[in-house]
Amino acid sequence: MRSGERTDPGRSGDRTDPRRVERLRHAKLDLALHTLRDGEGRPLLLLHGLGERTPATLPRELAAWPGPVHGLDFTGHGQSTIPRGGGYTCEVLMGDADTALRHLKQATLVGRGLGAYVALLLAGARPAEVRGAILRDGLGLAGGGPTPGTPTISFPNPSAGGTPDPFALAELSRDVRPPDYATVFLRQANELSGLEWPVSVCCAERPDWLAAIASEPGALETSLDEALRHYAGV
Amino acid sequence: MTAPLTPEEAAAAQYPGARRPDRQRFVSAQGLRLAVSEWGDASAPAILLAHGGFDFAGTFDVFAPLLADAGFRVVSWDQRGHGDSEHAELYSWDGDVRDMLAVLDSIRADPLILIGHSKGGSISTHLIQAAPDRVRAFVNLDGIPSHKPPPDVADHERTRLLARELSGWLDHREKAGSKVRRPDTLDGLARRRQRMNPRLSLEWLRYLATVGGRKDPDGWRWKIDPALRPGGFGPWRATWSMARFASLPVPLLGVLATESEPMGWDTPAEEVQPYLPPGARVMALAGVGHFVHIEQPQRIAELVLEFLAELA
Repeated sequence: MRSGERTDPGRSGDRTDPRRVERLRHAKLDLALHTLRDGEGRPLLLLHGLGERTPATLPRELAAWPGPVHGLDFTGHGQSTIPRGGGYTCEVLMGDADTALRHLKQATLVGRGLGAYVALLLAGARPAEVRGAILRDGLGLAGGGPTPGTPTISFPNPSAGGTPDPFALAELSRDVRPPDYATVFLRQANELSGLEWPVSVCCAERPDWLAAIASEPGALETSLDEALRHYAGV
Repeated sequence: MTAPLTPEEAAAAQYPGARRPDRQRFVSAQGLRLAVSEWGDASAPAILLAHGGFDFAGTFDVFAPLLADAGFRVVSWDQRGHGDSEHAELYSWDGDVRDMLAVLDSIRADPLILIGHSKGGSISTHLIQAAPDRVRAFVNLDGIPSHKPPPDVADHERTRLLARELSGWLDHREKAGSKVRRPDTLDGLARRRQRMNPRLSLEWLRYLATVGGRKDPDGWRWKIDPALRPGGFGPWRATWSMARFASLPVPLLGVLATESEPMGWDTPAEEVQPYLPPGARVMALAGVGHFVHIEQPQRIAELVLEFLAELA
């Protein structure tokens, strides 16, 4: 088990550092939670796409959020731990995001690609703590499609070292995302969150799972600006 | 850390017909240390045995020697997090199949014969479809999926979820890295396992506990990673695996248990029939529960050897 990058522990507690990093424990893994902006009120939690990492600075299109902004590096990405021998699932990544959510108590989620799918899962699993999930375009939005493809055994070459973990890229680009599995999570979020619409769809790409939830009560197709404004006022 | 055995515990480590592996070694699967067991002549035709979820290779200690003594090199391994293999950071279907291929590579005798029990039967099915040239015959021991989600396949073939299942799973994840099993007596381990294997004698169960368990200074514990938890959930459908069965390109013997048990898959033979590849045979055994080869090692070994003799 390796850490994605060496981090200078002296910087972790520095409140003036625009990219403060905290280490959070998820089962046997250490995850990097970045603070992109301090502030008062409910945090915005960024979940990056497949093979990405938390951006170095707060993306301009999210600057309108009134509260603090954090970004989580998923397992095998950015500055989070690289496990040995793969074993990635979106459910494990939901556990990653839940670890950050526990730390923050409550959050509005903004997910890109893979992170958008994980945001949907967590919105269904923690409907009281997730105050809105904003799904955006990004890498890994489609996953492996609605049904499994021809069975393969992927042997990525791990010799390059570092993040993103090649096993994460191989396994999380093939994970199956059936539309009726995704709608289970949306329905739970819709029934249990008490929000008018717990999920905002701000994507041009429309894989099957996303098309299925976009037509359900509880999901609203809207712009990023509108979604941020709405959840800030919730 | 292990503690010395009492005379009673040392006696429990002997059971009629049970034989610890003739050879034990380790394989590195992308950095994870997997424990591999071998019985029989190392130059004989090879059989690879895959155990089920929450089990360990030592459950083959009676079954494997019967095959070895009939002229086979019998190899098995503890899946990641199980038995004497290393506990992993992550567990998944893909991880298990890749580990299995690493073990198969280490045998250097393919195409070989695969025998898989329960979840081991299911990952074997996946491996054959992904690497058909590596296998020449397949015996599936009560590991053929049906419409019911198998209880030993965590995070995989479960679709139905409820809010409390999800939050319970996430709450488990939070503590999974630091969980330690509570210590028990050897007899306690055997009696807990008996709930899953109601037809096994305590003597046989105590033996299995001496292999799958470990004696620490404060008592006995199963070696399996406490982070593993039965009954996960995920997007997979058992019916997808079943449909795939029809494509298997190797001679196939399927054995189905008929006694309903907590860990059983309860797959009825008539549900499997439409999905059998040409020439395959499936037998539903009366009076046997899910752990067919542990419950009736002699009978299952005879069936396997008959099947293999017909191929020769």
